[in-house]
Amino acid sequence: MTTTEGRRELTVGMGAGGLATADMVLNIGPQHPATHGVLRLRIVVDGERIVSAEPIVGYMHRGAEKLFEVRDYRQIIVLANRHDWLSAFSSELGVVLGVERMLGMEVPERAVWARTLLAELNRVLNHLMFLGSYPLELGAITPIFYAFREREELQAVMEEASGGRMHYMFNRVGGLKEDLPAGWLDRVAYAVQAVRGRLPDLEALIVGNEILEARTRGVGIVTPETIAAYGVSGPIARAAGVDMDLRRDEPYLAYGELFADSGPGRVVTRTAGDCLARLEVLLEQVHVSLDLAEACLDRLRTLPQGPVNVKLPKVLKVPEGDLYTATENPLGFNGYYLVSRGEKTPWRLKLRSASFNNVAVLAEVLPGNLIADMVAILGSMFFVVGDVDK
Amino acid sequence: MTTTQPTQPTQPTQPTQPTQPAPGSTSRPTPLPMPRVGPATDLAPQPIRVVLNWGRRYSLWVFNFGLACCAIEFIAASMARHDFIRLGVIPFAPGPRQADLMVVSGTVTDKMAPAVRRLYDQMPEPKYVISFGACSNSGGPYWDSYSVTKGVDTIIPVDVYVPGCPPRPESLLQGILKLQEKIAAETLTTKGIRAKYAGHRIASAAEVNRPLVPPPTKAAP
Repeated sequence: MTTTEGRRELTVGMGAGGLATADMVLNIGPQHPATHGVLRLRIVVDGERIVSAEPIVGYMHRGAEKLFEVRDYRQIIVLANRHDWLSAFSSELGVVLGVERMLGMEVPERAVWARTLLAELNRVLNHLMFLGSYPLELGAITPIFYAFREREELQAVMEEASGGRMHYMFNRVGGLKEDLPAGWLDRVAYAVQAVRGRLPDLEALIVGNEILEARTRGVGIVTPETIAAYGVSGPIARAAGVDMDLRRDEPYLAYGELFADSGPGRVVTRTAGDCLARLEVLLEQVHVSLDLAEACLDRLRTLPQGPVNVKLPKVLKVPEGDLYTATENPLGFNGYYLVSRGEKTPWRLKLRSASFNNVAVLAEVLPGNLIADMVAILGSMFFVVGDVDK
Repeated sequence: MTTTQPTQPTQPTQPTQPTQPAPGSTSRPTPLPMPRVGPATDLAPQPIRVVLNWGRRYSLWVFNFGLACCAIEFIAASMARHDFIRLGVIPFAPGPRQADLMVVSGTVTDKMAPAVRRLYDQMPEPKYVISFGACSNSGGPYWDSYSVTKGVDTIIPVDVYVPGCPPRPESLLQGILKLQEKIAAETLTTKGIRAKYAGHRIASAAEVNRPLVPPPTKAAP
């Protein structure tokens, strides 16, 4: 669909400013191979140059927040891990952490470490997806095959514990669904080793690739001011030098210990703020997450066998009050604002998803760039459409 | 696991569209000619039909309508471990106009439904649809959502339903095998193809949209 509207500029006459140009509205999406999902962009272009861009969201709006209100606290997890399908475990974690805090529930230590382990494996899975799909959007087909080989390896161990390949449903209020299978820790250690050993194959295709650098270096720079204004978080914020990570700043689960001075955790930052920096942050976070996963494995081996969940009453009611629980999802801050009126369903459960803010910033970043760079910038925002539209 | 509809779609399998334009839409889009098979296919003897079906079933250019979580499992199915290219399913169709098979993977919302229908209309005959995952089968976990279409079969005819939330890649492989069985057994006729369209070729966006949900008459207890 192309229409001209509003701004129309016509320059006529010798030496009066070159060729006659008129703005054109270009519609990208909702179904477009470059948007990996159903995001729609309404772009006004002047020649090859983007004048303004507006992300139009809502094509994947499934009304999750309204559905939360008619599900009880056990059932909410089903929907909570489906809005961001690449970070299912972290999303369900936010719900149960909030409910546990409001109930004042103490979670067994074994469950805490197991949750941390699974959350970090999930982070690796998420990042691997983008490490494969982003080069694909730039025209490099091969990396996605390597990325999916590693994903299958990790998905296999996640499935052995939880039974699900993507939507784990392994968190319960008060702990985990069931204990980890016998011998599973060794299987995870093997998988983590295997992924770590083969990751250089993937890295060699991406790091230092001059075509990829030519497409991404200096393209789509996001400044710290824009990040603050739009509430951008996660790898995109850290790539611009905004040093924030809830795992370190507001530790939950076992992150307090992992991100302590001598711990394996560290926050990956870059300063450039361009597409390449965002990709580099993602790549290095994979290494950090694998380190964290190994630290969790070591700890889980030393912990004695014991319960991994708390016995719940038949009807689970959360006391009256409200609480905001934020977790550092792979793509950024994921928050749940839970308002309870003492019922067995929440009165309101507001979802603050990372991708929504990360996509909103496109309106600021895209203008001034070339159409050809649009895909590079769009892909480097690492969003999941379900997370945008909820 | 995987279910198929009756293999011979000579009758309209389901009322996909109301034939009357929805109130409010004043003009209809230009109607495309109703599809027909060529005289060679219409008059071909049975052995030739077998050969044609054999050729068709093993070169399905697939158009992935990736909408949600299931799209990731679709991609996983196309990657090295599951690799549906060995079944003759080719995921490199540049667009719907070059595709034989559409895999609807993910939640179809009412806002997206017109686009799904439009892209389906753009595909050339004979065309097939696999509905991949609980959401596109029936709405799935969003069965009571105000904005989710309760199954993609309310807007386009579906050949194979693959259950699961999301289904495993192996389920998609089985769904593809089921579709290939169906193609092998079918007899393409002009009448059969036209029966899929309830009288007209192109659905306007207004027809695919549901009206607004009326407010409840009394407050819930």
